[in-house]
Amino acid sequence: MSALLSIKDLKVHFDLGGGGPLDKLFNSKSVKRVVKAVDGVSLDIEERETLGLVGESGCGKSTLGRAVLRLTEPTAGHVFYRDRDLAHLSQKELREHRRHLQIIFQDPYASLNPRMTIGQIVGEPLETFRLAQGREAEQRVQELLETVGLSKRFIKRYPHEFSGGQRQRIGIARALAVDPDFIVADEPISALDVSIQAQIMNLLEKLRREKNLTYLFISHDLRAIRHVSDRVAVMYLGKLVEIADAKTIYDEPLMPYTKALISAVPVPDPQVEATRQRIMLEGDVPSPINPPSGCRFHTRCPYAIDACKEVVPQLVEIKPAHFAACIRISPAQPHIEDVAAGAAPGLPQ
Amino acid sequence: MSSDGNLLEVKNLRTYFETDDGVVKAVDGISFDLKRGQTLGIVGESGSGKSVTNLSIIRLIPDPPGKIVSGEVLFSGNDLLLVSNEAIRKIRGRRIAMIFQDPMTSLNPFMKISKQLMEMTQLHLGHSKAKARAHAIRMLQTVGIPDAHARADSYPHEFSGGMRQRVMIAMALSCEPELLIADEPTTALDVTIQAQILELIKKLKRETGTSVILITHDLGVVAGMTDHVIVMYAGKIFEQAATNELFAKPGNPYTKGLLRSVPDPTAEQGKLYQIPGLPPDVAHLDPGCPFAPRCDRVEEICRREFPPFVQLNADHYSLCHFAREVYSESGGTPA
Repeated sequence: MSALLSIKDLKVHFDLGGGGPLDKLFNSKSVKRVVKAVDGVSLDIEERETLGLVGESGCGKSTLGRAVLRLTEPTAGHVFYRDRDLAHLSQKELREHRRHLQIIFQDPYASLNPRMTIGQIVGEPLETFRLAQGREAEQRVQELLETVGLSKRFIKRYPHEFSGGQRQRIGIARALAVDPDFIVADEPISALDVSIQAQIMNLLEKLRREKNLTYLFISHDLRAIRHVSDRVAVMYLGKLVEIADAKTIYDEPLMPYTKALISAVPVPDPQVEATRQRIMLEGDVPSPINPPSGCRFHTRCPYAIDACKEVVPQLVEIKPAHFAACIRISPAQPHIEDVAAGAAPGLPQ
Repeated sequence: MSSDGNLLEVKNLRTYFETDDGVVKAVDGISFDLKRGQTLGIVGESGSGKSVTNLSIIRLIPDPPGKIVSGEVLFSGNDLLLVSNEAIRKIRGRRIAMIFQDPMTSLNPFMKISKQLMEMTQLHLGHSKAKARAHAIRMLQTVGIPDAHARADSYPHEFSGGMRQRVMIAMALSCEPELLIADEPTTALDVTIQAQILELIKKLKRETGTSVILITHDLGVVAGMTDHVIVMYAGKIFEQAATNELFAKPGNPYTKGLLRSVPDPTAEQGKLYQIPGLPPDVAHLDPGCPFAPRCDRVEEICRREFPPFVQLNADHYSLCHFAREVYSESGGTPA
């Protein structure tokens, strides 16, 4: 298999101001404040796979998804798509490539123009990229609506006439209009009811098979991520902390944050819930402005030792195809519970 | 008087809304009991009537357009729908407390946390300023706000989402209410923070013996938190049972579908079961079962006649023409 999309050391920093000469003079905001929303992420997404990207709010997962498509400009790094670096293309070149890379948004209420009909919304990309016109375009829109499970009778209606799930289908039809091969799905089911979530997950899976799509599926819902993904990447405060296939990450997480995250997911079975041991994390996710030094998770980690405050852990292949960023584990000692108190086998010698 | 051990008895409650589109029967004839010290989960999708049920109990339905058309809400034997506005105001916050999904919209952004907490006990318990302040700080400590003395004088925007929800819980519990109504209390929170808040509600419930009504769309949360469950759909109770019983032996096709459409992290991947179609428009319901258009075992009678509320076991009921069959298929033995 080859990587369709290869992200190398991608950074997205937001400058919040401060630290200028006047700020210093008046002693207000004398330190420059920068949000490191994505801070050095490297990731390969294989052709036809669904890569799940999971993390809590503020971890940078949506920013990463947007930066890949340059809806948010990366600060540094590369995004290789079919051997072209999207991060460094001119706007004109980028436009041509955008056709192949699409996005589905979380909020189906905010992402559709209320003054456009469904036909116009789904047909607009066809026009923009000059793919079809007139009768042909109309026919194409009708096909797209049917592909996502909507009646072609809806073509002259407006977004407000539809429910959340139907709007999400419209958003999917719009993304498919240009025949993309890569789609960023940014929390596509979070705003939907349980029964509708299942419908949308099944639809995305069906489309992936039929159209050979590759997905970056971003969600905070670990149950959904586990269901739709081939591999899962876990993000914490701008950095990837663990990557493995979906089953492994759920059954045998290695990095302490992933362990806590998985154990916090409520399971819809009262008997399991009654007996299950949770790893409770203290406190909140720290602010991404001036995040903790060393391992960014050390302030909440039950296994943290002094070295964790200083050393920034790298993603290491702890088990075959299972990467984790934690200095307290190593390929020889993959399970943190077995590691001697205070030991850090993953520290570079 | 209420019967033995019941803190709350809701009988045949109907809450309707007048809209341009016709009368919306948001809650249409529901009845349930809540025993002292127990947690009742109310599950349903948007528009099922779960939040309107609870707003009706504490009489916070905006009128117009809403109206509680009929029913009784017996709280310790008193019908809350009959007491004066003055009396219900004294009960709200004092004996029945609420927490909502979004703590930011329920806290006053211009008022210090301490002051908002103090108001509760000054108003309801007649505490002096000093006593109320001491109590407020104690409550903040109880819900796990670090450094409560110093942080009590912060404003809500200085707290994170999880911290604000803790403040809401502190406020709700500061008068030791007999009933806590929590409407999607963790929906806006991250999963590790959700685990903290749910654990906190459990702990406080153990310590104070408060009864809880927990409204949620998350079946995982229901499984871990509740003793009994009500499943609502289109303003009706579709199924009610003890939590273990409902998850193990659902007696209604809607409940069954809902349980199957949640991805099970321990199962293999593959096609997820999906309930087809959309929730109904409650302003225009057909005479038959409201779930019939989406039901996988629908028969002719379902479209024609409204289903009966069938008793399957001691306290297990299901609204379905084929409740007994569905229950048997789930492994239950109808009484």
